[in-house]
Amino acid sequence: MPKAIPGLTAAARTDLPVLHSHKALYAAASPIGFSRWLAGLPLWFPLMLAAAAAVWPLTAGAQSGSGESIAGAFETLLRWIPFLLFDGFTFTVLIGAATMLVGTLLGVFLGLGQISIHPAIAKLSYFLTQIFRNSPWLVLLFIVMLSFPFELNIGGLIIPVPDWIKAVIGLSLPIMANISEIVRGAVNSVPSAQWEAAESLAFTRQQTLWRIVLPQCIKRMIPPWMNWYAILTMATPIVSILGVEEVLNLTRQAIEAENNRPVLLIPFYSFVLLIFFLYCYPIARWTVRLERRFAVKL
Amino acid sequence: MNGNGWTPDRPIVSLKDVHKSFGSLQVLKGISLDVMKGEVVCIIGPSGSGKSTLIRCINALNDIQQGSITVEGQEVHDPKLDKLALRKKVGMVFQQYNLFPHKTALQNVMMAPLLVLKRNREEVERRARALLAKVRLQGKEDSYPGELSGGQQQRVAIARSLAMNPGVMLFDEVTAALDPETVKEVLVTIKELAGEGMTCILVTHEMGFARELADRIYFTDKGVIVEHGPPATFFDRAKDPRTREFLSQIL
Ligand SMILES: Nc1ncnc2c1ncn2[C@@H]1O[C@H](COP(=O)(O)OP(=O)(O)O)[C@@H](O)[C@H]1O
Ligand SMILES: [Mg+2]
Repeated sequence: MPKAIPGLTAAARTDLPVLHSHKALYAAASPIGFSRWLAGLPLWFPLMLAAAAAVWPLTAGAQSGSGESIAGAFETLLRWIPFLLFDGFTFTVLIGAATMLVGTLLGVFLGLGQISIHPAIAKLSYFLTQIFRNSPWLVLLFIVMLSFPFELNIGGLIIPVPDWIKAVIGLSLPIMANISEIVRGAVNSVPSAQWEAAESLAFTRQQTLWRIVLPQCIKRMIPPWMNWYAILTMATPIVSILGVEEVLNLTRQAIEAENNRPVLLIPFYSFVLLIFFLYCYPIARWTVRLERRFAVKL
Repeated sequence: MNGNGWTPDRPIVSLKDVHKSFGSLQVLKGISLDVMKGEVVCIIGPSGSGKSTLIRCINALNDIQQGSITVEGQEVHDPKLDKLALRKKVGMVFQQYNLFPHKTALQNVMMAPLLVLKRNREEVERRARALLAKVRLQGKEDSYPGELSGGQQQRVAIARSLAMNPGVMLFDEVTAALDPETVKEVLVTIKELAGEGMTCILVTHEMGFARELADRIYFTDKGVIVEHGPPATFFDRAKDPRTREFLSQIL
């Protein structure tokens, strides 16, 4: 039943398509899509993980006939938790932070390159951005791992390059490219009238960029930047393939140390999944909240 | 007198046969006009006739394809011209104010003298406060543009331009986006400026204001100047049928 509008005798109806509420057939790509998804997960999700971890030893125990108790599997996990957390996950967080730092520095540089008035710089930056944004992360990791020397010789001074540093370099390439896109998008979101106003006041291009445009869009870059941090953190376990001793690698080692008992698989890996969830979930919630706040303000 | 031998007895702004196109669209088709120091010139004409384009060519926000524009005797479209030096002499106020939203009113006014003219901060702040007082915005120094009404924002924009001490001010339909009540406060500010002898080139639809204030009125249509003259002649004895039709619609 259409609602009456005060002052109109006829019921409010329209055949004009623009006045119908718009129903998108597919969601537009959001710059914080991953965080939205993660932040939208129901809270029974971690409970379900815990339940799976609890039920598995029962069935596995029944199958193998070894009769190992749930309590036994959990007691083993409990013993390993400090090691997994403080040796494994801490290192995961360190890799993530270092990658974000390197990726952001390079990405800001590349993003500013994309909006350069020198066509050669702009084209090259665009090209690099697209290459690294669209390459499989694992391939980039392998290239860096295999092409970088294991030590650097700087004028006789031998500096070893550990695998985790190479992993950071490899992971920071796609992060760099995505940050570059964030910077370009944010700068382009500032109306051209702002550039003109600054131009008419005799600001140079550099002054306009650093004093007028970037300060206005820095806030807009924070949510997508945090979104990439969450994505990156979730992706760091791939460096375990290359022997970096982060949480996934240490989990495998822990299970090996416990004689590869199948009953341990689900509790241990569910625990790892749970840590990632508990770490990234608040970040995602925060990202979504910030984005909403900045969207209203600007 | 400046480096080019310009003296105040010659036009401060002079356009000769200016042609401008955007791609294949010809927007200005031979515009000529002279403005003397201290004069107020109004440009009126239908929407899309090229008024904004014309005014933006004067401070080189747009380039031109043919003809010449000089400001204080300096060729604006000389590739060797220092655009920054030109823009220090020519102030511009836009229809949409275009204040910097992340800066307070006072900071908006102070930025260009600090960064561009590299003046001393104390002196700049003193002058910025005086300018805001002049446009009747005392007490609003620390407000952000988002907290000000359209009329207040536009007056901040005027003060921001004046802070550069320009020799010429360009106004592009600066009251067109305002509520009727706030139009007046902006017009009063411009009137005071003109009274102090500031050279002003205004694009406007405020006919009463143009009649009262302008030394000369130019009517543009489809990229040419159809007719020009002092307000009395222009409004009461317009010769060209296009001018008469426009005036009959707008008055
Ligand atoms: N940057 C631009 N690129 C292409 N066309 C433009 C541009 N700016 C203005 N025009 C066109 O030039 C014509 C004159 O515009 P404008 O000078 O804004 O007119 P007015 O200010 O008199 O309304 C219009 O047809 C407009 O579409
Ligand atoms: Mg216009």
